[in-house]
Amino acid sequence: MKLSGRRISLSELLSFIMHGMSYLLEGFGKAFTLIFSLDRELLSIISLSIAVSGVALFISSAIGLPVSALISLRKLPARGFIISLMNTFMGLPPVVVGLFLYLILSRSGPLGFMGLLYTPSAMIIAQTILAFPIVTALCHSAIVSVDPIIRQASLSLGATPLQVGVTIIKEARYGIISAIIAAFGRVVAEVGAILIVGGNIAGYTRVMTTTIAMETDKGNFELALALGIILLALSLFVNSMLHVVQRKGQR
Amino acid sequence: MSLTVKVSHIVKCYDGTTVLDDCSFSFDAAGTYVLTGQNGCGKSTLLRICSLIEKPDRGSVAFYSGPSRIEEDMDLKRRLTLVLPKVGVFNTTVMKNAAYGLKIRGMDAATIEGKVRRALDFVGLDHKSSQNALTLSSGETQRLGIARALVIEPDILFLDEPTASVDYKNTTLIEEILHSLKTANKSIVVIATHDRDQAKRLADRLLVMRDGKIEIAES
Repeated sequence: MKLSGRRISLSELLSFIMHGMSYLLEGFGKAFTLIFSLDRELLSIISLSIAVSGVALFISSAIGLPVSALISLRKLPARGFIISLMNTFMGLPPVVVGLFLYLILSRSGPLGFMGLLYTPSAMIIAQTILAFPIVTALCHSAIVSVDPIIRQASLSLGATPLQVGVTIIKEARYGIISAIIAAFGRVVAEVGAILIVGGNIAGYTRVMTTTIAMETDKGNFELALALGIILLALSLFVNSMLHVVQRKGQR
Repeated sequence: MSLTVKVSHIVKCYDGTTVLDDCSFSFDAAGTYVLTGQNGCGKSTLLRICSLIEKPDRGSVAFYSGPSRIEEDMDLKRRLTLVLPKVGVFNTTVMKNAAYGLKIRGMDAATIEGKVRRALDFVGLDHKSSQNALTLSSGETQRLGIARALVIEPDILFLDEPTASVDYKNTTLIEEILHSLKTANKSIVVIATHDRDQAKRLADRLLVMRDGKIEIAES
């Protein structure tokens, strides 16, 4: 067998693989040690990740839910256009968002005077932009899929137009929660936008995904693996929640 | 003064098909009116228009309290209610479903609780008050629909096919409820049903709809 232009025997190949495996296992071992020793640096990275994505999610939901309610309950003329736009933006590449935001926030950009570049605020703005179309489009589809009979029933019981709207949104609550969870899953795992506008500054703008990218580059795998494992666990948790909520809504 | 309703020369079309065609009638005496007729003859449409959920294309719906006409506003809308054929239960408990009409009227929790308990007891659903309403059988759902309408003590109660998708036992139960409503209630109840026998059993006044009009009115 030839490897890198050199002939090697089967036993040599096996020893290479075994060596690689033990290297990987060692990495995992160190990663778990980091996780279970509640390493300070690790904890601060995780908490910043959750804080940035959490705040971004809160802002995008606070704007996205009313917007989706408005376009689904009222027959707005631009409704179709807004929905197409939101559906398109759902697949927005994070690096592109990061690039545009960088240009806007950089010192010579239109909002450069605010000094937001390389701050957690810039990261929150970036993730809000990414989460907003997801929350809006998925909430819209949850609200429009509420049975029209709900509207008639609440009208017949004497509800005002506002009360009818609130009733319909309440009926869509499981879909709305699913939308918010799905958006969280996307932004917490995103790296492109926050790396560009946050700058991955240690102890300030360093989050899970940016650390993984950097530590992997440096060949420092323990921390990268530890964060990878936590990110996966978080993702698993978020998706399990999503599943539970969706099952509840399907009753 | 009790509320009466008069529809005059109503026309309603859906996608070019005329469902109600110059339909006129006065529901002007307390008691149970039963509207029969084949599927698609316009019963449901007339009920939705009379309960102010839909507007007619032409013609008018006028409400009177004694001789004086009442303006069509939220107050009036809250004196009427329609139980839809599929009810449209909300994804919450039986109790909260039945309380909906009172809650949106801003009534206090203690009063609501008392009224709702009585209404659920009246339709035989008191023991299911904390169950999710979507898990009820179709017969129970209909009874919940009736309870949800009764708690708001409407001056005019419209019921659209209250027993259409319901088994024999529940049909009997619902008819009993509607019968006891007659003795308890001095207001107007309008029921649409395609079942002629049921119509005869329930009606103080039997109405037949044909070709978008109320044709025969028997007393």
